Amino acid sequence: MGVTVHTRVNGQPIEREIEARQLLVYFLRDELGLTGTHVGCDTSQCGACTVWLDGRAVKSCTVLAAQVDEHEVTTVEGLAETVPEAQRIEGLHPVQAGFWEKHGLQCGFCTPGMMMTAAELLANSERLSQQEIREALEGNICRCTGYQDIVDAVAFAAEKMGVSVERDVTASI
Amino acid sequence: MPTLFGTPVRRKEDPRLITGHGNYTDDIRLPDLLYAAILRSPYAHARIRSIDVGKARALPGVVAVFTGADIAGKVAPIPTGWIVPEADQKLPPHPALAQEKVRYVGDGVAMVVAESRAVAEDALEQIEADYEPLTPVVDAEQAIAPSAPLVHEDVPNNVVLHWQAGSDVATAQQAFASAEVAVHRRFKNQRLVPNAMEPRASVAQYNPGSGELTLWTTSQNPHIVRLLLSGVIGVPEQKLRVVAPDVGGGFGSKIPFYPEEALVSFAAMQLGRPVKWTETRSENFLATTHGRDQIQDVVLYGTKDGKIVGVEANILANMGAYLSTAAPGVPTILFGLILPGAYAIPHVRIDVKGVLTNTTPIEAYRGAGRPEATFIIERLVDEYAHEIDMDPVEVRRKNFIPADAFPYNTSTGLTYDSGNYELTLRKALDAVDYTQLRQRQEKLRKQGHLIGIGTCSYVEICGLGPSKVAGAVGFQGGLWESAIVRVHPSGKVNVYVGVSPHGQGEETTFAQIVADTVGVPIEDVSIVHGDTAAIPMGWGTYGSRTTPVGGSALALAAQKVADKAKRLAAHLLEASPDDVVMQDGLFQVKGVPQAQATFQQVALAAYTAWDLPEGEEPGLEASSFYDPPNFVYPFGTHLCVVEIDRETGNVHILRYVAVDDCGRVINPMIVEGQVHGGIVQGIGQALWEGAVYDDQGQLLSGSMMDYALPKASFFPRFEVYRTETPAPFNPLGVKGIGETGTIASTPTVVNAVLDALRPLGIEDLEMPLTPQRIWQALQQHGGDRS
Ligand code: FES
Ligand code: FES
Repeated sequence: MGVTVHTRVNGQPIEREIEARQLLVYFLRDELGLTGTHVGCDTSQCGACTVWLDGRAVKSCTVLAAQVDEHEVTTVEGLAETVPEAQRIEGLHPVQAGFWEKHGLQCGFCTPGMMMTAAELLANSERLSQQEIREALEGNICRCTGYQDIVDAVAFAAEKMGVSVERDVTASI
Repeated sequence: MPTLFGTPVRRKEDPRLITGHGNYTDDIRLPDLLYAAILRSPYAHARIRSIDVGKARALPGVVAVFTGADIAGKVAPIPTGWIVPEADQKLPPHPALAQEKVRYVGDGVAMVVAESRAVAEDALEQIEADYEPLTPVVDAEQAIAPSAPLVHEDVPNNVVLHWQAGSDVATAQQAFASAEVAVHRRFKNQRLVPNAMEPRASVAQYNPGSGELTLWTTSQNPHIVRLLLSGVIGVPEQKLRVVAPDVGGGFGSKIPFYPEEALVSFAAMQLGRPVKWTETRSENFLATTHGRDQIQDVVLYGTKDGKIVGVEANILANMGAYLSTAAPGVPTILFGLILPGAYAIPHVRIDVKGVLTNTTPIEAYRGAGRPEATFIIERLVDEYAHEIDMDPVEVRRKNFIPADAFPYNTSTGLTYDSGNYELTLRKALDAVDYTQLRQRQEKLRKQGHLIGIGTCSYVEICGLGPSKVAGAVGFQGGLWESAIVRVHPSGKVNVYVGVSPHGQGEETTFAQIVADTVGVPIEDVSIVHGDTAAIPMGWGTYGSRTTPVGGSALALAAQKVADKAKRLAAHLLEASPDDVVMQDGLFQVKGVPQAQATFQQVALAAYTAWDLPEGEEPGLEASSFYDPPNFVYPFGTHLCVVEIDRETGNVHILRYVAVDDCGRVINPMIVEGQVHGGIVQGIGQALWEGAVYDDQGQLLSGSMMDYALPKASFFPRFEVYRTETPAPFNPLGVKGIGETGTIASTPTVVNAVLDALRPLGIEDLEMPLTPQRIWQALQQHGGDRS
């Protein structure tokens, strides 16, 4: 059964005839060729597929493509454009720049989803503790980095975006 | 130019990966692409009565359905790549699709090829497979019982290999018998699911005109895939191209040559259209290899005053239903020989039975054998210390191989290259002010807190390895590496390597080496890996060998290029090569400041070849094959402080200190990243992860909902330190660092938890130390009240 979807993806108007059962992540990857958004699981656990729907981070493996009709989708390919040019670093969103600077990625497979979650967090925060950053990444699994450099990457970006981050303290034992 | 060796250069691979422009196997799109899906056995052990694919075939959009019968004689069984000598190893056949019998839940039964992924999956549901269930055997101990069902009829007692090693049996037995103290334990090193974040995928494309086949696949070792694939589907090696593009983590689970790689290749040839298969995470849990899974009956023998006399290990290693590519080497060679760890232990005896069961095949998983061995010795040292009432740290110190004893020959026949074990221990203790920490622990205990301190001093064998040794231990390949450094006429450089990094950052560290050696900016160097049509032969990325072995090959090739460039520059400048120096990309003649040639000018001159020195060939490139004379042996000490919540049994990691020595460091940022990742994976085994089967062979922990992967919020900030003892046997002085964290952190954390619980009389607990398991132990020992 086919349905028509009108949406904006990374600012571009899109109109497509699709199968009603198609998931957003496959719509992005297979129909639009936006392969930066990854599929890491089939139980909505890993977060590799995270994109923004009207500015909120969602797992695109858990959303039907038909549901984005008349809504706006942002993927990693369009992440840099979500901040004003003056805030970009070497053309990148501060979160992307942070991941590069702080070695927030190894194999890179979790990275787009991880960055979409982190960028949403920073867009909606004024101050954060390191533990709050860690907790905000609850829905994103990384098997490579051990997370520490991801936390540092997000803290790096926070600073560039005017979000203050409390420093980590070693447990007082 | 400042040298790049030793500096935290930002990674060259990152710009594409952070902008969504990576190229993972499932990202590959080809015209006319078909999609494959695999029907998998729901039974752990069953005879296939019949498979009716009629309905599936009739479904619109389905192009073909293949069963075991369809591929028999056309796709050869999947081979094993390691035949351990003197181990009576059997080689049970592993058909790419089950023929007659299925042997584990997830065993492939049929393959559908369709116009879309969705149709292929729909068609799976239309296949009617009729099975006659047989009694399965899941547990290794039950599998060797005389009455146990046989996984493969021609492997008696399900024992697929039996390997023994160590020092002289008679003297060892004598020493064991007369030891003052004997600490007996039974450890279960539980089965783990690697869970690389990228599921496996393969895409095959065949050109019927030329007979050439290209396979893109999620592999850590594309050349091994090419060699094995050639044998399995009968396409000669020179017409096979295997490409491992960006690979999203592997941890050992992307070493094996898998049935699906043969199946999509076969289908692409049969159908004349490209075919892609991408596994779901659920399939990944069932049909991608698992790791660990040993039952370990072990004894440490020692004196009352803390000197270890010997170690004895009787191991049942669950191998799963088939022998995966490198699997036989994991519980034997990679496990047994390193059992003495960082200590001078005169007598060691190891007995390993590899056992077939109706479970997913086991393969290397980050550390592969070495975590299982390190767990034994490091847990036993703690238990021994407790038994003789000595601080575990003191026992370690007393038994360390001293820093002046290297190279050191172990009682298991290895030659440790270099080390200063005591130094890493001291550094870890200093980081936490150990003496005071123990005092504070005492005080907090009195206040009712369950505080534990655990340490582990490990040594790892990696940088696999001399090919001669590979042959002697039954690895069916070499373990050297090769590289080509090719300067283009414009002076830009491509480097082609046989190793196949997939997250470890060698596009950067290798470029650092080449930029330093050749004298060009790092921006001008690009590393090419993973494509057998472009790169020289190599054995791949595993066993922390990429930098020690592949990096050494590359350093030697780069030096040849640098030497030739200098000769050409000298010729251009009409000087003797001895008088020419290279600085900041410029060749200069000593004492003649105006005599200069840029690197680009020299490169161009090499290619135009209008005026070359006598006897010099045109072009500017060099290749090198490097076979290391020994393995490398990184080492270190990890320390962890935990507090256990009496009410929930939850383990809070308060501090985690890692002191590692991987020889010289090319990029400290990347090294630290490897350490962090390793620590988290090892703690995953200690506290949360475990593959659980029911007695019918159903994997109960078959999704990310049931299998607890570590999350960011579970950890404090790790305190990471290094010492630097250069590797004496390779030109770079480097050792491996990819697996040390995993090797060290599991026993470190378990030791810490048991240290916290010991005052309550809790002596041992099986991993993973989940809140539930700890809470139950607390209940039994009255420890739920302070
Ligand atoms: S693919 Fe969406 S959460 Fe894993
Ligand atoms: S970088 Fe590999 S999974 Fe996160």
